[in-house]
This record gives sequence, C-alpha cells and structure tokens, in this order.
Amino acid sequence: MSLFRRPSAEPLWRDEFSVFSDDERYVSRRQFAKFLVLASLGMFVGNLWILVRSWFTRRPLYPAATIAQADQIPIGGVKLFLYPTPKDQCILVHTSADEYVAYSQKCTHLSCAVYYSAQYGRLECPCHNGAFSLRDGSVLQGPPPRPLPRVVLQRRGNQLVALGMLVEAEAGRG
Amino acid sequence: MADAREPGRSKGLTAIDGAMALIVVLLLLQIWLLTTTLENFLAGYKETTLPAAIVSGLIFAACIGLYFFINGADVERRKH
Repeated sequence: MSLFRRPSAEPLWRDEFSVFSDDERYVSRRQFAKFLVLASLGMFVGNLWILVRSWFTRRPLYPAATIAQADQIPIGGVKLFLYPTPKDQCILVHTSADEYVAYSQKCTHLSCAVYYSAQYGRLECPCHNGAFSLRDGSVLQGPPPRPLPRVVLQRRGNQLVALGMLVEAEAGRG
Repeated sequence: MADAREPGRSKGLTAIDGAMALIVVLLLLQIWLLTTTLENFLAGYKETTLPAAIVSGLIFAACIGLYFFINGADVERRKH
C-alpha cells in the first residue's frame, strides 16, 4: 500500500480525515481519484484476461452428430436439437426443397432462445425484438451485437449431420 | 471570512479538477475499449486483443500518473 500512501509527514488519519472544511474538498477529490484509478486497473485487468483467454483458448473439436432425418422435417419446418454439448440448444430450419440451415438458438444479445418466424422468414428473439437472417445468421434488427453461430451441416443420405460451429470471424461474415 | 491563501488554493483545486476530468475521460475510453475487445473476441476476432491490452495498460499508466499529480498538488497545498 506504500505506493498509494501519500508522501506526507502527516499521520495517515490527518491525510484522510480533514480537520478544516476547506481541506475536505481536496481529500474527497483525492479519494475519488483513487477510486477512478482502481476502476482503470479493473479495466486493464479485464483486457489482460481477454488477452490470456485468446492465447490459451483452442478451437474446440466438434463431434459429428446426426441431428435429424431429412424427410421428417417439412419445408418451413423446424427442429430443435442439442449440439455440440447437451447444454447448447440449436435450431434447424428446412428452408427450401433441398436446403437446411442450423444455428445456435442462443441470442448473441442476452442469450434468450431465438425462434423461427415463418411470417418474416427469419429467426427472431422475443426478449428485445432482435432478428437474424435465415441465410447467414447476420443481425437484421435489434440489439444483438453479433450474428448467430452457424452449425455446419452435411447431408448423408437421409441423415442431417452436424460437423461443427462457425462464429462470425470463421464464417467470414465480418 | 476570506482566506488569505484562497487564490493559491483555488488554483490547486482547479488543477486537481482538470486532472480528475482527464482521468474520467480516459476511464470512459478504457471501458469502451474493454467492451469492444470483448465483443470482437466473442465474435472470433482475436487479433485485436493484444493491441487493446497494450493501449489499456498505457491508459492505466496515464491514470496512475494523474493520480500522483493530484497527490502532489495536495501535498503542495498542505505546505502553504
């Protein structure tokens, strides 16, 4: 604490508790400035934490998993599934005759579950009226800051197989 | 009753207020930097994290410098 101890011959209590009302203006400003500097330290630590996470986080290995039978979903139909872990809910939409798209169901704003709006042909978040494109998961409206992570799909015969997840940078949607 | 030391004291107080305003501006910049870095990181753009951390560290160093300036101004004021 000596770093923040004032270089004064006065005892600490005199530094921090002013006797005269005039001095109080200085003491309160100095203490508030100390609070601001500590907040600045917090921001710096936050940035360092992100840096460390970016260095040590490896791209996860996604398992291949059969998520649906293609002929069981009509055009415009939807199926919810869990991928890549049982905690990650995703949504599969049969958009046209031979086209399926799947995205994470977790809204990138505050993680509410998005749903498919057949009326507007897009994915919508009911919490704050966010909307995502069905084509590439990009944000169409509302507060979500990022597109939905996309599930990489492959059709194997009648089976729809999930092969991985793509976030914005990997999908080249920046 | 008017304080004979008031002009000097007032000047010191203005300098401290200016330094504090600068710290607030720097802190707001740092908050913005942290949120945008986090957004980019979550979107998969990892190349921005290192420059953001460096700039954030520089801003923190500047805040420390301004804090010592405020401390110094307070000490000077106590001498008078």
